[in-house]
Amino acid sequence: MMDWVWGLLGGLMIGSAAALFLLGNGRIMGASGIIGRVIERKNANQMLENLAFLGAMIAAPVIVLGWGSLPETQITDNWLVIISAGLCVGVGTRLANGCTSGHGVCGMSRLAMRGILASCIYIAAGVVSVGLFRHVLGVI
Amino acid sequence: MRILISIASGALFGVGLVISGMTNTQKVQGFLDIFGSWDITLAFVMGGAMLPMIFAWLYSEKTTPLYAEHFPERRSDMGRGLVVGSVLFGIGWGLAGLCPGPAIASLSFGGAQGLVFVAAMAAGMLVNTRLRPFVERAPEPL
Repeated sequence: MMDWVWGLLGGLMIGSAAALFLLGNGRIMGASGIIGRVIERKNANQMLENLAFLGAMIAAPVIVLGWGSLPETQITDNWLVIISAGLCVGVGTRLANGCTSGHGVCGMSRLAMRGILASCIYIAAGVVSVGLFRHVLGVI
Repeated sequence: MRILISIASGALFGVGLVISGMTNTQKVQGFLDIFGSWDITLAFVMGGAMLPMIFAWLYSEKTTPLYAEHFPERRSDMGRGLVVGSVLFGIGWGLAGLCPGPAIASLSFGGAQGLVFVAAMAAGMLVNTRLRPFVERAPEPL
């Protein structure tokens, strides 16, 4: 099947997950927010549901799709790139209070100016980043 | 019940991210690579994900959450943190082709690289708690 069909199908699942989390628990399904609150030990009353959410996110692909059919992540072997990218994503998403799921999926669908602005900025920065590190510097 | 909803939602999110191809760093970088061979998949994922959420937000205006008092408030403050943070996030996202969701969803099969990325991301989140007051104390440009 074409990649975009899988993209649309997976996207609908992601959006349904976000809708369930919103209508059920009254919360924004933002990956960086949920991980961040666990790591920073914030919102103790939500700790258990945050851990349950993350546990299910990690376990479900293996259980539902099976070991054999999990796709390669094709991530770089350059440790310096991995570590600096991880640090940027960690600092940036918490500073901005959201990432692709919180600002992107949940914010933009509400026509929230914050989500739209954040998404435009991180996509633009991502385009510049890939352009610079791939085509100019040739590191990725 | 909130825990069960969290499990169902997390599972759906994780499987959706893998099926959509978003745990493949090359597809994500391909979307951002407008100077190379562009990959449109991410746009379909984002569009597909926003669709149920548009209806969920519309429905939320007429009701309250099943297991919470109220829906999250709409925030309209757009400060320096939002801008600086999104720039930093975008740089890292382009560099590795991973954002927080797919990084977590691929933990079981992403190898040592995936683990190190998540560890660095967690460290970055802790760094942010110290960095944040500094960024926000400065006069707001917006």
